Amino acid sequence: MNVLMAAAADTEVVIGTGETIVFWVLGPVALAGALGMVLSRNAVHSALWLVLTMLSLGVFYVVQEAPFLGAAQIIVYTGAIMILFLFVLMLVGRESSDSVVETLRGQRVAALVLGIGFAGLVGAGIARATEDLPVAGLAAVQGTEGGAAAGNVEAIAGVLYGRFVLAFEVTGALLIVAAVGALLLTHTEREPGAGRSQKERSRARFLTDRPQTLPGPGVYARANSVAAPGRLPDGGLAPSSFATGIEPQRVDELPRTGSTGAEREGLPHAGGTDAALGTIGGDSTGPVPGSGEGAPR
Amino acid sequence: MSVLAAADQPTLEDFGTDVWWIVLIKIVGIFGVLVLMTLFAIVFERKVVARMQQRIGPNRVGPRGYLQSLADGLKLAFKEDIMPALADKPVYFLAPVIATIPAFLAFSVIPLGPTVSIFGERTPLQLIDSPIGVLIVLACSAMGVYGIVLGGWASGSTYPLLGSLRSAAQMISYEIAMGLSIVAVFLYAGSMSTSEIVAAQADGTQLSFFGLEFTGPSWFAVLLPVSFVIYVIAVVGETNRAPFDLPEAESELVGGFHTEYSSLKFALFFLAEYINIVTVSALAATLFLGGWRAPWPISIWDGANTGWWPLLWFFAKVVVALFVFVWLRGTLPRLRYDQFMRFGWKVLVPVGLVWILVVATLRAVARETDLDAGQVAVFVGVPIALVLLGGLLLASRMRNRDTRVAAREAAAGGPAPAGPQVLDPRGRDRAPGGYPVPPMDLVVPPSPRLRSRESVGAGTVVGTGRRSSSTTPEETDDV
Repeated sequence: MNVLMAAAADTEVVIGTGETIVFWVLGPVALAGALGMVLSRNAVHSALWLVLTMLSLGVFYVVQEAPFLGAAQIIVYTGAIMILFLFVLMLVGRESSDSVVETLRGQRVAALVLGIGFAGLVGAGIARATEDLPVAGLAAVQGTEGGAAAGNVEAIAGVLYGRFVLAFEVTGALLIVAAVGALLLTHTEREPGAGRSQKERSRARFLTDRPQTLPGPGVYARANSVAAPGRLPDGGLAPSSFATGIEPQRVDELPRTGSTGAEREGLPHAGGTDAALGTIGGDSTGPVPGSGEGAPR
Repeated sequence: MSVLAAADQPTLEDFGTDVWWIVLIKIVGIFGVLVLMTLFAIVFERKVVARMQQRIGPNRVGPRGYLQSLADGLKLAFKEDIMPALADKPVYFLAPVIATIPAFLAFSVIPLGPTVSIFGERTPLQLIDSPIGVLIVLACSAMGVYGIVLGGWASGSTYPLLGSLRSAAQMISYEIAMGLSIVAVFLYAGSMSTSEIVAAQADGTQLSFFGLEFTGPSWFAVLLPVSFVIYVIAVVGETNRAPFDLPEAESELVGGFHTEYSSLKFALFFLAEYINIVTVSALAATLFLGGWRAPWPISIWDGANTGWWPLLWFFAKVVVALFVFVWLRGTLPRLRYDQFMRFGWKVLVPVGLVWILVVATLRAVARETDLDAGQVAVFVGVPIALVLLGGLLLASRMRNRDTRVAAREAAAGGPAPAGPQVLDPRGRDRAPGGYPVPPMDLVVPPSPRLRSRESVGAGTVVGTGRRSSSTTPEETDDV
């Protein structure tokens, strides 16, 4: 295409070597990105292939004397919009690969045929429409930096805020309406004053008898389950550390001598090393296991 | 915008005409400068933070510890490279590369100095410039987000994923604020090219104030203070630095997006982060602090802005900006995530938009009344800014009035103020305010290591952990 264009308009537009090289390097890359986007199973990989295509397009714009357009393409589309896509895809989860099972019979063949047909139609239409158009080149239209019409930025600004100002503002209004509508639909209305501020909640908590957080479950050498209750300094179980909805469970203890609170409470003193290796969960609600039977000390 | 500067000021036509070996020298030079600045910035940060925390900081490797980051980097390269079993391998491999390349790329449009002579070739001290120079930096920082986001996602683990989700939202939000803050600079400089923005800050406006002639300020940090403040805040968020380091918050997310990374891949993330800091510091110097031009007292000397001297001014400005980064890290605690996002969207972005409106209005007024922009800024902007600041001061004093009154009464020894905050003491360990306090009659038992058996009573300073010479007489006979 590039060669054709150059041949058609060799008198006005000269395509430099650098531009040709960039085209033949990045053209296949952009195409590979597009194919990869369609063919890869993982949604995040698809998004990445699309990023590759968009980046290549951005470089194409820059090479073809439209640096502002290229930067906007990279910043807005590749930078912001695709990151938002990725954001959503990552929230969906990384195991969400496409299924290879065909749910509609012949769907894939039909899609292939119709897709190729559509691409052929559009391509042929555009080719016919632009066949005999004289090629001027963007530099001739918008001028170069420092010239009479000074470059890409001013040219775009002139068109956008001059000739198409109404369309520009209508588009802007449409986007704002869409954003406000999305906010309105996802917004949950709360009574003013219903939610308490952090300060109020903190103050209310300090008025109770427990300003600190609830004690966590006990973490012992043999159990760190939420079902293992925390202990009070005297060895008793801390009721405030019981997990909601889970029966508190006793934890096997290492043999211990001395008159600790645990011993007073009659906690198990398992004998021997093997017996001491018991874990949580054997019997939770039954009597406290051990207490000497069959466990020589 | 006419270029007011001297012959050494490069224009856009000066770029893209270099010989290939000059380009090569510039590329290698920028690469070397960035790597060296990274090594320097890490040591600098550790030393400055250490001083702020009353420590000494690294002082073992090299002269005064300045080679510490080099040693750390070498050590990092020899660490085991771990590929997590659940990782998405190609993306996991690519992510640090994607983070690093744009970081290097962004520095190519930063002007380091005027036109100089390298081996007989006259060339500007800047790799490349374009009419959209600053947008290239923005585009590179937009690409850099991918490295962090994908690194977190591809690790196949929860904390990195949370970190990358945070960073995706954070960097997009703060990039908007950053872009808005730069728009005012574009409006004032009349260009998006970095070298022309530096040129636009060359000369201050000649002001005549009741017959008194003087030169007004030329730095955009002074002319566009709101933009400067927004930019500084936004880039801290953009580079994931404390107090906005939520994507890698150690106390919440282990290490954030790079939890699973090790060895050279981790080093690349580290490198990218510090290069980004250097780049945004350099961009701050370029956009707001006069670029490579000498600051005021030095600029009186005619040779200050010629030859290789501007490199010195430029890097001095960059180091000052780096110091601010470190200062913020050493001073401020991390924000909660919702407060952080609310600040970005509900404070920075609206303020930026209103500020653009103000600047554009001033520009339009300047054009209509045929005045110089600087004159309008000084004669209209400064009074408005003073009124605004005064109003804000009054408002804040009004708002804090109760607290101030209470504090003054408390200082005067008066009774505690009556009001809903005063609660009855509940229990013997409650202070009058209802808050639990340690018992005031606490007697600390004597330390068994002390020879003298005197107990440390209430009201005595128990110990500060610092060994002072006043306590040594008892300790000397222990030895």
